[in-house]
Amino acid sequence: MRTPLRPLARILHARQQGENPDTIERENLRLRHEAMRDKSRARAEFRLLVLGLAFFAAFTTIGARMGLLAATEPVEPRASAPGAEIIAQRADIVDRNGRILATNITTHALYANPKVMVDPKGVAQKLAEIFPDMKAKDLERRFTDGRSFLWVRKVLSPEQMQRVHEIGDPGLLFGPREMRLYPNGTLAAHVLGGTSFGAEGVHSAEVIGTAGIEKALDARLRDPAQGDKPLTLSLDLSVQATIEEVLYAGMTMLNAKGAAAILMDVRTGEIVALTSLPTFDPNDRPNPLVDKNAEPGDSPLFNRAVQGVYELGSTFKIFAVAQALELGLVAPETLVDANAPMQWGKHRIKEFEGKNYGPLLSVTDVIAKSSNVGTAHIALMIGPLRQQAFLKSLGFFEATPVELIEAPGARPLIPRKWPEIVTITTSYGHGMSASPLHLAAAYAAIGNGGVMVKPTLLKREGPTTGVRVMSEKTAHEAVIMLRRVVTEGTASLGEVPGYEVAGKTGTADKPMRTGGYYKDKVVNTFASVFPASNPQYVLIVTLDEPIDTSGSEPRRTAGWTAVPVAAEIIRRVAPIMGLRPKLEPVATDAVTAASN
Amino acid sequence: MRPVLYVLTFLAIIALGFWAYRENYATQAALKHVEGLQRQIADLREGLAVQRAEWAYLNRPDRLRELATINFDRLGLLPMLPGQFGTPGQIAYPTPDLPQIDMPVDIQGTQPQPESDL
Repeated sequence: MRTPLRPLARILHARQQGENPDTIERENLRLRHEAMRDKSRARAEFRLLVLGLAFFAAFTTIGARMGLLAATEPVEPRASAPGAEIIAQRADIVDRNGRILATNITTHALYANPKVMVDPKGVAQKLAEIFPDMKAKDLERRFTDGRSFLWVRKVLSPEQMQRVHEIGDPGLLFGPREMRLYPNGTLAAHVLGGTSFGAEGVHSAEVIGTAGIEKALDARLRDPAQGDKPLTLSLDLSVQATIEEVLYAGMTMLNAKGAAAILMDVRTGEIVALTSLPTFDPNDRPNPLVDKNAEPGDSPLFNRAVQGVYELGSTFKIFAVAQALELGLVAPETLVDANAPMQWGKHRIKEFEGKNYGPLLSVTDVIAKSSNVGTAHIALMIGPLRQQAFLKSLGFFEATPVELIEAPGARPLIPRKWPEIVTITTSYGHGMSASPLHLAAAYAAIGNGGVMVKPTLLKREGPTTGVRVMSEKTAHEAVIMLRRVVTEGTASLGEVPGYEVAGKTGTADKPMRTGGYYKDKVVNTFASVFPASNPQYVLIVTLDEPIDTSGSEPRRTAGWTAVPVAAEIIRRVAPIMGLRPKLEPVATDAVTAASN
Repeated sequence: MRPVLYVLTFLAIIALGFWAYRENYATQAALKHVEGLQRQIADLREGLAVQRAEWAYLNRPDRLRELATINFDRLGLLPMLPGQFGTPGQIAYPTPDLPQIDMPVDIQGTQPQPESDL
């Protein structure tokens, strides 16, 4: 109800009294203003309160949220579910047909927390029963010396894990592990190498390569982006297994200390099989030798095919001859001086067992009969500089580029100076050492028509290009000469019907550590390409200290040791690789010939 | 008019809040489900890896060679040798199937008659 500013009764009354009625109006106006002021103040106060409350609530919320964020573990906001988990920590290794050479399986590691262990003594005893190589006393001491964490076992088999579970002590704990498994055991052990654990944690451990291709391509194998793509090697599991079987039998029969074989595709440089004996199991890699006097070759870890740097003997002769053909110095039928022994300064060059194939011998026969003197004369025609350049182009001055961690360390041993006597000895493979893999690459160049290919352990798609080191004609003539070695020369035991083996034998005396050569220790090598009419593969077989005792007196030449082994390898392996034997041309029927 | 608008807005906010709440929980449930599936896939893959490893282990050349030797009586398996390649000429032509006989064949008089009947 609104109070009038000039209430009539009071105005009239004031007029009667002679007062100014305006005062009443002013008074009423003042009162009304006061009321209005009080009302608006109350309203403003209320608004301020609400605003204050709102601010308080807002700041409290923000503060609480900040506190919560600071106090909790950070978690990514999730808008979608994670993709497929990475299960393979390390990529598989498979052979060229996709058969597994190395894979991973999950297993467990055993660790202990002695602080919560109920019965350390009993646990130690029971663990020693499960793992015979551990001693109960040692374990007990380690369980009771006050530490709160210790590794007991890096990997467990499921059976062992079950037995540890049955102990039932809360102080024994398991951590998941990925373990590298080589299902084929010793097969291709030197190629695969092996792995071990790197940084280890309770929840996982990294698997790192320790040797072979596992170490050389460690980064590729551990790359998480390629974890599900297996690494495809050029090896063929069946061929590798067959070669290992035959080579092992040959090594045993010939009482050799070691052996190595390489089978390589001449056009692509893909290594189909690479083996070195004695071998080892990469699942349980032996420790390297620590004995200072031990030769590296005594350890099964030593890869003779790649690391074994030997004088390769007469297998080198074909390089001197091929170069002379390439330079146009000789033709296959040219007669060269082969009158043994040959005197060069104070050195005397002799033939095997002091024979003399001379006075003159055709170049083809120099190779077929393996004449040192003939080769020496051819090498002298070429000269040291050109000889070095040619051997360099064949890769004999560098370590092989194959994908093995051992390869870069195995550099060929090259004479520091190159006088003419070195030219002579190098021409028949003495004084200079290289690995069988070097020899395989160089023979592949002869086999494929004169192009140098890079030996590789990885499967290649399509043809590869390389540097041409000799003309196709020279390579072809060289293969024909190598074929003559098998048909009528020193490698007659190497003939495999249908496969036209062409190759060259090499017998080199082993050098003594103290200098000089052993009289009765040799390294025998047979380097071959087959089939001669269209070479597909090169096979190198090396035997370390073999003796053939089947005859009346022990024989140590490659023709009696490495050659039959290589022939057996070709006989067994070529059909597996799908090489059809070439039928020898049958003599034309006399009656049919007459009627035509 | 205005109060109706207020009520409608209020109801809409409540409805939207309810919808958002349900969507949130549905999403979380879906994520949990997918996570479970992923774990299952990982477990199965692990199993597969073990199976593959075992397959490779059981098919290792050493073992197959031994098995072939032990079971030689039954299987007669020998290493592959060059002599086992054949030529296309050694394969016999398949014997032709008999043509369908849809015409009646007269077989009267084909049997030798006893002499007494002549």
